[in-house]
Amino acid sequence: MAERKRNWNKEDDLPVYLARPGTTAQTPRQKYGGMFASVEGAYENKTIDFDAYSVGRKGSRTPRSSSRPDMMFLGETGDNFSETASDVSEVSGSVISSPGDRDDKTPGVEIRYPVGKEMLQGPDNGKSDRLLIKGGRIINDDQSFYADLYLEDGLIKQIGENLIVPGGVKTIEANGRMVIPGGIDVNTYLQKPFQGMTSVDDFYQGTKAALAGGTTMIIDHVLPEPGASLLTTFEKWHEAADTKSCCDYSLHVDITSWDDGIREELDMLVQDKGVNSFQVYMAYKDLYQMSDSQLYEAFTFLKGLGAVILVHAENGDLIAQEQKRILEMGITGPEGHALSRPEELEAEAAFRAITIASRINCPVYITKVMSKSAADIITLARKKGPLVFGEPIAASLGTDGTHYWSKNWAKAAAFVTSPPLSPDPTTPDYLNSLLACGDLQVTGSGHCPYSTAQKAVGKDNFTLIPEGVNGIEERMTVVWDKAVATGKMDENQFVAVTSTNAAKIFNLYPRKGRIAVGSDADVVIWDPDKVKTITAKSHKSAVEYNIFEGMECHGSPLVVISQGKIVFEDGNLHVNKGMGRFIPRKPFPEYLYQRVKIRNKVGALQGVSRGMYDGPVYDVPATPKYATPAPSAKSSPSKHQPPPIRNLHQSNFSLSGAQIDDNNPRRTGHRIVAPPGGRSNITSLG
Amino acid sequence: MSLMSFHNKGETTVTLVRTRLQSDRLLIKGGKIVNDDQSFYADVYLEDGLIKQIGENLIVPGGIKIIDAYGLLVLPGGVDVHTRLQVSVMGMSSADDFHHGTKAALAGGTTMILDHVLPEPGVNLLTAYDQWREAADGKSCCDYSLHIDITRWHESLREELEALVKDKGVNSFQVFMAYKDKYQCTDGQMYEIFSIIRELGAIAQVHAENGDIIDEEQKRLLELGITGPEGHVLSHPEEVETEAVYRAITIAKQANCPLYVTKVMSKGAADTIAHARRKGTVVYGEPLAAGLGTDGSHYWSKNWAKAAAFVTSPPISPDPMTPDHLSSLLASGDLQAVGSAHCTFSTAQKAVGKDNFTLIPEGTNGIEERMTIVWEKCVASGKMDENDFVAVTSTNAAKIFNLYPRKGRVAVGSDADLVIWNPKAASVISAKSHHLNVEYNIFEGTECRGAPTVVISQGRIVLEDGNLFVTPGSGRFVPRKTFPDFVYKRIKARNRLAEIHGVPRGLYDGPVQDGIVSAKAAAPAPSSRITSCPGKISMPPIRNLHQSGFSLSGSQADDHIARRPAQKIMAPPGGRSNITSLS
Repeated sequence: MAERKRNWNKEDDLPVYLARPGTTAQTPRQKYGGMFASVEGAYENKTIDFDAYSVGRKGSRTPRSSSRPDMMFLGETGDNFSETASDVSEVSGSVISSPGDRDDKTPGVEIRYPVGKEMLQGPDNGKSDRLLIKGGRIINDDQSFYADLYLEDGLIKQIGENLIVPGGVKTIEANGRMVIPGGIDVNTYLQKPFQGMTSVDDFYQGTKAALAGGTTMIIDHVLPEPGASLLTTFEKWHEAADTKSCCDYSLHVDITSWDDGIREELDMLVQDKGVNSFQVYMAYKDLYQMSDSQLYEAFTFLKGLGAVILVHAENGDLIAQEQKRILEMGITGPEGHALSRPEELEAEAAFRAITIASRINCPVYITKVMSKSAADIITLARKKGPLVFGEPIAASLGTDGTHYWSKNWAKAAAFVTSPPLSPDPTTPDYLNSLLACGDLQVTGSGHCPYSTAQKAVGKDNFTLIPEGVNGIEERMTVVWDKAVATGKMDENQFVAVTSTNAAKIFNLYPRKGRIAVGSDADVVIWDPDKVKTITAKSHKSAVEYNIFEGMECHGSPLVVISQGKIVFEDGNLHVNKGMGRFIPRKPFPEYLYQRVKIRNKVGALQGVSRGMYDGPVYDVPATPKYATPAPSAKSSPSKHQPPPIRNLHQSNFSLSGAQIDDNNPRRTGHRIVAPPGGRSNITSLG
Repeated sequence: MSLMSFHNKGETTVTLVRTRLQSDRLLIKGGKIVNDDQSFYADVYLEDGLIKQIGENLIVPGGIKIIDAYGLLVLPGGVDVHTRLQVSVMGMSSADDFHHGTKAALAGGTTMILDHVLPEPGVNLLTAYDQWREAADGKSCCDYSLHIDITRWHESLREELEALVKDKGVNSFQVFMAYKDKYQCTDGQMYEIFSIIRELGAIAQVHAENGDIIDEEQKRLLELGITGPEGHVLSHPEEVETEAVYRAITIAKQANCPLYVTKVMSKGAADTIAHARRKGTVVYGEPLAAGLGTDGSHYWSKNWAKAAAFVTSPPISPDPMTPDHLSSLLASGDLQAVGSAHCTFSTAQKAVGKDNFTLIPEGTNGIEERMTIVWEKCVASGKMDENDFVAVTSTNAAKIFNLYPRKGRVAVGSDADLVIWNPKAASVISAKSHHLNVEYNIFEGTECRGAPTVVISQGRIVLEDGNLFVTPGSGRFVPRKTFPDFVYKRIKARNRLAEIHGVPRGLYDGPVQDGIVSAKAAAPAPSSRITSCPGKISMPPIRNLHQSGFSLSGSQADDHIARRPAQKIMAPPGGRSNITSLS
């Protein structure tokens, strides 16, 4: 990197606007991107580096890569290079091996292992988890810059040019490829039980696929049976993942029923177990579904814990009705799944979830945004102020629901997931656009595949088809192909939606989701040009059918580094079962809760202090308004209205009789912009 | 004309017979007739309670009463789509009964009301209907019809609704999404009810507020120590109304049932309706006189009685821009019919909730002021013309509820319910001069232009020179038929379009996982959220009789064809399940 800069004094390569005074002078060792360096590269990238955007494009002559041979020449001439050369394992042989014909074809990435003398210097004999990535373009969600990266002990230790690293480290020549933070898949179900079946990809199979796709961390959903203890189920998941997972993981816990005992368990999970996100269901009637009152209580409680509230948003009542109707009509195939779950039901539930959350002033996160209308609801709500986040999944970004009508039952069934993929073929495009403009924030995969034999349990009744699609491996590639390769978003936004935003929302930032000194060494070297066809024949998942079958995708990972180790290169995986760590997450992620705290203060309610009413009171037979008139079945644990409590704020001072303002005819057009008691909400932030 | 002879309240059935026999013959001369589509100058001749002739130089019998309407407008009498004159809350009946209420209605230019029958949960709907009929027949001074509120889902509901529709002349039913544990319906129940209503050809009305959230908010506010009327508006925030409207529309659309949202009080709710109409949903919105004429800042009044007088659900929006917004949507046709939701309680009755706002009986006045308020806020301000005024106060309501053209139009053969409207009259609304029983008028002090000069109901003059000549019990029950064209033409066409078909496939004969075949919907544990709605149990897998036995086993020809992901399938082979985009 640093050496290349020196070539800028070559007139044909150096754009005028990049000229820096004194480039020929000694370049000091620079570091950027420290966890506490608030303005990274402030003096490095003041000027937009237009050429940076042409990296990797075929035939483009970028000044940096094209001038490598010259660099060698300059290096040999001495010119202040010797100062660092002694420390850095800058083995000249390797540089010679990197070809100078980059103008003709895109360079590959090469990994060099220390040889000979360096090998002896290295403390771990080549097995070290010390790794130097040279010449890559580092992409964070806010900026991109060229720098070398030194990884040690599973952490990013240094970023910059002319790094001082111990000898004998493994070196990766990135050759100008993108170096991005490893992907975070926020929604996987690798252990989901369904009618006694578990999905075909367990933590081992699933995380292997994740790593092959450039995802270095997953957040899996713990799905307790309704009534089962959350803690016990959590431990079960924890144990399974600890022994099997190949990449770092964290766990969401799904709340499948709401009762009073659950509060302590939630509290324990947040305080002791490192879980800060819980999912509630508005669908799956009589199984997981919660009523609005329960949602209100759950949201209130979770807000108190500082947790992130995830919502599966579909109107379960209506789905149950529609399923019944469609089965009665004799439609039993997978198309019935899509027909019984029209997108309006998804939008309606999203709207309701947002309404409840905005009443409580808590952030809400809608998982699996599958339709245009649901995405629109989220977009609209965000403009009005509530803290809402939306997560489209790889499936909804990459394919559509027309396949439910496929004549091939197995194919149609492979697409069954909830909410279903939208049959509107323009949906993926639309969701990608919203993702690009920031209205949707993160991408998950909802990875939960079942084999065709498992899906066939529902061959005569679509409601029995186990739900779930693949996507853990394809997620990053699909987003790149659909959003970046089409020009909807840039590489920084790509990093944001595949990794950084997720890390921020779930309080993993900046440990994950950023390439910075001190962050975890979860790094992916990304090749934006590699074209690959997704097919079930070559994918890592155990499922027979891939919903993206035949899709040609641009962009895929070349090298994947997890915990500082190379786990994927050249199509080969080097993983060990159980090497993934559980990453605990703290409550009150700042990204969400900073605003909530301020809004809490602003939105506090106050009553009006009035004199006591001392006029006549109608004599009412003592039946309280809320006495349940008959055994009503729609009960919720706390339906009983508390008896009217005494208002201690009320003064005994009484203004009896007519008041001075009683007879003032009040102008109806009177503008009271802020009613005296304060507004009850802060919908309009403007 | 011996009109005056039977205007004493004491006379009852005998009077009634005489009234009918004593057909009034009236000629209205020189007025400008305003219908919802056009205005024109013509004379109107009324006889036997009907409009007999319209035109110039009419040939009429001699010796009839002639009303000079020169410079005035002749409008079809107002139809108030929403009143509650017989409600009882916690054993208190509303301050204005059918007599007082309809008297006030006539004084304000409204010649027909549609009252809501509110059965106590568990009471047979037919029993409640009879009770309301009895009360109204004895007291009502103007024609009336009845909506029925469905306060409780039960198994025999279908039969009761069918009986009401077939034999009793009711074609509209209201469900509640609020009033938790009292009237509130679950989504599944609403879907069932809407499906029945659609089959019967009636109109589904909905009180749209999310009762669950309100319940929680009420608890929270009481815990905070807020007990005054401001707690009412704080616990019924606008979003809660908007959310419920959105949900109701979604459910109605799924059931392909026409929906009428009562009491649209907030911007958000109105916008949601407007938005849904743009997408083609058959949905109507009813703003209220209270929502158009005043705002909810009064809930914070220091005067408890004043603040309590405004308590209604959904509450009047505290946003002072709301009346303006609602009247704009009314003018543009996004909202259709103005009601009053007249349901008044005296201050003493309201004071039952003096220490707890949740106990304040809900309801405001508006039956008398409705026409004037709309004129003042919409016509006098230039938002709509006189024809639109007729549409939103009378014609649209008549069309939606299948009273048209008997009501809602000045045409030969229509009922002789007319209002002679003076657009220049100015008045100030005050509790001192209104015809109601309540002490407080929520529009107190509003200056209004436009007022009725003469009101004619059933061909008889009931208001002239500020004097009311009404007879309790003279109002007739107007039965309404099902399948109003205005509403159901579209629904019927869509029913035909929206049929869905399965995909005929070969039988799947691959391996099947030996799962524990526990039905998906088998309730896993004694769950507390079981609803009483029938049909919640998902059906056991039924045999598909449409499925052919012809089997294509193994891999198919198209299995391995790489599918272009960007393939455009505008119409999936099985047909679309919905008709969102009408374009």
